[in-house]
Amino acid sequence: MFFGYEWITDQGPLVFAWSILPILLTGMWITIKATVLGFIIALILGLVWAVLKAAPTPFISWPANVFTEFIRDTPLLVQLFFLYYVLPEYGLVLPAFLTGALALGLQYSAYTAEVYRAGIEAVARGQREAARALNISSSRTFTHIILPQSVPRIIPALGNYLVSIMKDVPVLSVVTVLEMLNVAKIIGDRTFQYLIPLSMVGAIYLIMTLIASAGVRLLDKNLPKRGIALK
Amino acid sequence: MTEPIIKFDNVVKRFGSLTVLDHLDFEVNPGEMVTIIGPSGSGKSTVLRILMTLEPIQEGVVYVGGEPLWHEKKGDDFVPASEKHLRKMREQLGMVFQQFNLFPHMTVLRNLTEAPRQVLGLSKKDALERAEELLEMVGLTDQAKKYPHQLSGGQQQRVGIARALAMRPKIMLFDEPTSALDPELVGEVLKVIRSLADQHELTMLLVTHEMHFARQVSDRVCFFDKGRIEEQGPPEELFTNPKKPRTREFLKQVLDPDA
Repeated sequence: MFFGYEWITDQGPLVFAWSILPILLTGMWITIKATVLGFIIALILGLVWAVLKAAPTPFISWPANVFTEFIRDTPLLVQLFFLYYVLPEYGLVLPAFLTGALALGLQYSAYTAEVYRAGIEAVARGQREAARALNISSSRTFTHIILPQSVPRIIPALGNYLVSIMKDVPVLSVVTVLEMLNVAKIIGDRTFQYLIPLSMVGAIYLIMTLIASAGVRLLDKNLPKRGIALK
Repeated sequence: MTEPIIKFDNVVKRFGSLTVLDHLDFEVNPGEMVTIIGPSGSGKSTVLRILMTLEPIQEGVVYVGGEPLWHEKKGDDFVPASEKHLRKMREQLGMVFQQFNLFPHMTVLRNLTEAPRQVLGLSKKDALERAEELLEMVGLTDQAKKYPHQLSGGQQQRVGIARALAMRPKIMLFDEPTSALDPELVGEVLKVIRSLADQHELTMLLVTHEMHFARQVSDRVCFFDKGRIEEQGPPEELFTNPKKPRTREFLKQVLDPDA
């Protein structure tokens, strides 16, 4: 009995698989929620880092660079343990799920920051120079010249990180989040049948990442390559 | 004697340890069409980029219309110019780039109306009127609704010229406007530049490798070498009877490369 569903172990593997499917899907739903929340955090924090890293004064850009480099070069698991076990010592207690999503978002924000930066820098220098020669203000240049041309370069790269985050969610099981892999492991622990639940997790993951990747590709194909058109 | 509209007074420009302009003195009179030629790395494009405020200078003073470009007067002293001063000075200048640098996500028409509307505050109607006039001048009336990538290089550069002219500058800077073009497209761009030169309303500075064109349209040709003007004069004189050996050597190389 798990999430209100019984598993049936004495009527063959197919019946067993069918009986645990709703349990795994419940876990999958948590996996998806953690992915989406982590991704949103990564998108927002990444933009913050990108802006700070581009700051004209090294007093801001240097700490931002060091911090994101640190995040990128340390394992997700270490950060997760840090947030889950160390922060409560200083009075900040978050539920396991939120801690996990935060750790994912934090880790990936270091990557999305690079995507934002690269996307903005990839817009040719000549575009900035032309805007300057025409006396277009720097804010208008950013919003109407640089950004519309950056977005189509940024979105596919961000989409790939969405898939990566999804595949990293099982790490959250070590802090008791009941995402899909953790659920499968618990089923295995209780029924002594690991092959079927774990294989199903693999299959469900495959389907999810294939769908997500196809979505990213579709998006990429339909993005205006030269920028969001301004008539 | 009219006052020069452009004046470089002892200007030094360095990129790191590389000196690109070496105590350059250079003047252009209003309405004059001056062509700058010279080997690559001689600092000829840098002159235009400094004027367009894309590159700052390290020493000396650049004057545009009698006013310092990169400096502001504070009492008797010159202090580095504020962005506000640069914006005001930039109004007098327009630039055409080697790589066109059109805005790829905007139609031809929007490329021509964006800055006049946003910067000069023209109404949509006035900006469109101005754009259509200019498109007619460069012979691209029927391409207004297209995006730059749908045009040939020569057409794109003509849009580039029209876009700069839409701001009604007094001085037009052409930075190797035909160097990125296929040979068969060079003529249509030069034709537009020639018609502008014939009107004598604009002061024009052209950096180019098109020697025959330079000879035909320029009032004066300046040969740049190692960050200084090695030799300058009326085109006929400079091309037929160059005085300096360095000029002769360069002209021989570009005009008769097989010899």
